[in-house]
Amino acid sequence: MPDVVPTRALPDRGPVHATGEVLATRRAGAYRVLTLAVPGIPERFRPGQFVAVSLDTAHLARRPLWIHRVRATGTHGATLEVVVEPCGVGGRWLSALPQGARLPVTGPLGRPFALPRESVPCLLVGEGYAAAALFSLAERLRDRECPVTMLVAARDEAHLLSALEARRLARSVTVVTEDGSVGSRGTAATHVGAALDASGAPVVYAAGAASTLAVVAREASARGVSSQVALERPMPCATGLCHACVVPVLGGDGGVLQVRACLEGPALPGDRVLWDELG
Amino acid sequence: MSGLGLRSPVMVASGCGGTGRELAPFTDLDGLAFVTRTLTSGARSGGPTPRLVESPSGFLNAVGLHNPGLTVFCETELRWLVRAGAQVFVSIAGSSLAEYAELSRSLGRTPGIAGVEVNLSVPDPEGAGVFDAREPYLAASAISVVRRELPRDLPVLAKLRLDVSRAVETARAVSEAGASAVVLGNALPAAMPDGRPAGLSGPALRPVALRCVLEVVRALPGVAVIGAGGVESTDHAREHLRAGAVAVQVGTALLHDPTTVSRLVSDLAGAPHLVRGSDSDHRDQHHHRDLHDHHAPDPHDPGRDHDRRTDLRSPAE
Repeated sequence: MPDVVPTRALPDRGPVHATGEVLATRRAGAYRVLTLAVPGIPERFRPGQFVAVSLDTAHLARRPLWIHRVRATGTHGATLEVVVEPCGVGGRWLSALPQGARLPVTGPLGRPFALPRESVPCLLVGEGYAAAALFSLAERLRDRECPVTMLVAARDEAHLLSALEARRLARSVTVVTEDGSVGSRGTAATHVGAALDASGAPVVYAAGAASTLAVVAREASARGVSSQVALERPMPCATGLCHACVVPVLGGDGGVLQVRACLEGPALPGDRVLWDELG
Repeated sequence: MSGLGLRSPVMVASGCGGTGRELAPFTDLDGLAFVTRTLTSGARSGGPTPRLVESPSGFLNAVGLHNPGLTVFCETELRWLVRAGAQVFVSIAGSSLAEYAELSRSLGRTPGIAGVEVNLSVPDPEGAGVFDAREPYLAASAISVVRRELPRDLPVLAKLRLDVSRAVETARAVSEAGASAVVLGNALPAAMPDGRPAGLSGPALRPVALRCVLEVVRALPGVAVIGAGGVESTDHAREHLRAGAVAVQVGTALLHDPTTVSRLVSDLAGAPHLVRGSDSDHRDQHHHRDLHDHHAPDPHDPGRDHDRRTDLRSPAE
């Protein structure tokens, strides 16, 4: 199993709370992709981290969003792209934001993915819009000369995120959809075992539904593979204040710890999460 | 009566400031009055998820007093908060009067704390397994026990429910039992969509909390009152201060905007916040000087009354 180094945020790289501006908004299948200019966040971002946005004061819960891509330069300086599924009050509100809209954004939040010390093959498993969390990781791994294999999955073609982009970043890409509209028929959970065997990767990174991540972690453990999962939980504050997004994990002493997905996560070692107790 | 020694009329409310570390990127903790999450004798892992659910103009919470226990807290979070310069008010809740005594004895030997807040306002005391302090005499009993175990000069805040019909009665009882100030209030008893007991907090509470503050201030002019419930702007804080509160606590707003406290502290800095209307002008002058020694203008400065009158004439910002 490779030595995986936690990439802790340095004190001067902590989150900022700033007003962001929507520079562009575009449809990507069933999703909206917003390009945001938010001073301080792109510069601090590391793969696996996310941002949270505040709606109006009648809707207090903040909405966490995966960062799909960070552009280092542009007319407005560094920008970031977030993926929004137009579901629920917040998703619909965000999806309807016009170009030029301004909104409070906090980030980057959370602990990023731990990266391998050496150039080892890596498997990246992304499901639905959560796959957004893996694209900048793929870039970072490629920069570290880690051969990247990607498995991208969705219920149908409309919910498949950036399969073309995946092909640009990875040596090998497997696409699966539940309805078989594109790629192989199936789910990330049904294909991850074969993908692990084919890639020979000693480390797998995954982002998607908790039930999928549980399967990825289990399949990885069965093969002695290290897993890093980006876990989504309801995160009303997303900054670690409210202790609402707790995840039961196995502590070093064998006891159960409750860690916050927004602060100690969202990237967690898959073999430490007590999936059956997640609720 | 002991002074609270607050450097600002804005405090971080219990349960919404995390361990302090999470708030630090957004707020300078140096000199900030920070009430910790409520601590119990032993660690508690809290309730099941979902613990916090959005509600119209509020949050429903069923966090279940998730905390590491007093001993671990003192070794970790408290140490860090004190080093960061925060004025730490430790919030406690016990399952019995004996547990209150035990917690207070321990805190009495703990250096660096600015005061103790006794959480007598848990929305669902039975479910949370804490001492049920809904009856005024029970709330007073808890305060008596805590007061007895702590140094006389250490402020004790009694955090009360916003059950308006008993607020004055309870405030009087805890004050007579030795509370330095009453905090009004906490999340209102409510229910999660799935039927679990919960507390409702946020903007929906603001008018309820303000009414509560007004009632207690009018009925008990000698009692120091701290307003809490839905405060998210400088105007909201001023509403409480004009009503006669000596300070406000900010909680749920931090979950929406983590910079709220720093913004309010900055906005209220330098302005005389102790603005009293005719209803409370007969309150104990000495007491208020004591509470605000650290930031009030010189009481002998003739400009002080002028400033206050100016604020009364044009209360809006």
